[in-house]
Amino acid sequence: MLTKRIIACLDVTGGRVVKGVQFEDLIDAGAPAELALRHSLSGADEIVLLDITATHEGRGTLIETVRETARRLFVPFTVGGGIRTADDAAAVFEAGADKISINSAALASPGLIGEIGRRFGAQAVVVAIDARRNGNGSAGAAEVYASGGRKATHRKLIDWAREAEQRGAGEILLTSMDADGTRAGFDCELTAMVSDTVQIPVIASGGAGTADHFADVLQHGKADAALAASIFHFGISDARQLKQHIAARGVSVRLPC
Amino acid sequence: MNLVVVDYNAGNLTSVVKALASLGVDALVTSDPDVVLRADKIMLPGVGHFAATSFLNEEGLTDAMRERIEKGTPFLGICVGMQWLFTGSQEAPTVPGYGAFPGECERFFGPEFGRTLKCPHVGWNSIHFNRQIPLTEGIAEGAFMYYTHSYRAPVINETVAVTEYGGDFSAIVARDNIMGVQFHPEKSAAPGQRLLQNFVRL
Repeated sequence: MLTKRIIACLDVTGGRVVKGVQFEDLIDAGAPAELALRHSLSGADEIVLLDITATHEGRGTLIETVRETARRLFVPFTVGGGIRTADDAAAVFEAGADKISINSAALASPGLIGEIGRRFGAQAVVVAIDARRNGNGSAGAAEVYASGGRKATHRKLIDWAREAEQRGAGEILLTSMDADGTRAGFDCELTAMVSDTVQIPVIASGGAGTADHFADVLQHGKADAALAASIFHFGISDARQLKQHIAARGVSVRLPC
Repeated sequence: MNLVVVDYNAGNLTSVVKALASLGVDALVTSDPDVVLRADKIMLPGVGHFAATSFLNEEGLTDAMRERIEKGTPFLGICVGMQWLFTGSQEAPTVPGYGAFPGECERFFGPEFGRTLKCPHVGWNSIHFNRQIPLTEGIAEGAFMYYTHSYRAPVINETVAVTEYGGDFSAIVARDNIMGVQFHPEKSAAPGQRLLQNFVRL
């Protein structure tokens, strides 16, 4: 049976993890390669590394970070942040990423989705979408934001998700800007709406505060995977423990792992 | 040992090469048939479209691989590289496969698709053995492997293990020295590394 995925996300800048999943007992909490390896060995099904500053000057550092992180990582590895062209993507793949995540660049030039997909396979292209419920506040009225949520695009979430799929995205990483940072749970309704609309897998992000929230979004939210970040600060020591908890709720996950 | 990874412009080979490097194997990545003719072991990875395998015929790589395979050289196809071992695929009906195994690969279909199941099949799914072979030594029944594909290979007599997703498909096929796996061992954590190690030791 296909299992639901728990994906550990690391936010990096200047070659260091600045936010995201961390362990209290880790000797060097800031080294992406060490953290990624640790997560993969403790049950994370996948690793996402996001370059949160994504400056032009920082690209060389990022490529080295990706190379070092990928070297000992034998689970799927996605890299996002600052990928604006197919050549940017190529450099990240060459360094060892299995998938790339694009957000603002895909909104600015949607053809980029297909361009990268044709060179590296559709499975390698994750389109990240930041969405906020506008208008009457319904999920159907949710709109897409670019530039880390700072810039309104006035595109409907549902339309953009559909277009991303048609243009050849392999997966959608959906972040609810309303839920993000609240620790009150994922936006299950929003996630289910996107998951019902597209055939490709949907990764839910934003709002996790407890292990039950993961079970909720993987069941009621119809998500195929969920992104884990700050959850590990709140009484759950690693992905394995999180997966054991949600397995007890009846969600099929990769265990033992 | 001269382990050759055949490059036919089908996606990213970094992960496979890296996984082999972690096992102490310095794999040779090539599109040159003459290099393939000197291989002790051949690996054919690939993600993406079945049509990409037409490159193998055009560049003489199919003939070179056939010559080595017929002399008993261990061969491992991964993902599209495994599907290529069949007669062909509905994904590219005019492109013939190698034809070591009977049957055509077909797109996932069935009443569940579009409802409870998605296509592509992406993520970790379990493998279930019909029999064990040296390639699968030490890999447990029900072990999870990482998949990403939209086309599936049929279950045949040579199927070593199946995976269920809207019905069973071939997860591992083998006859003598010709082997194929639908999942990505290079991305499948410890069980995947074990399979690669078994291949290296054949």
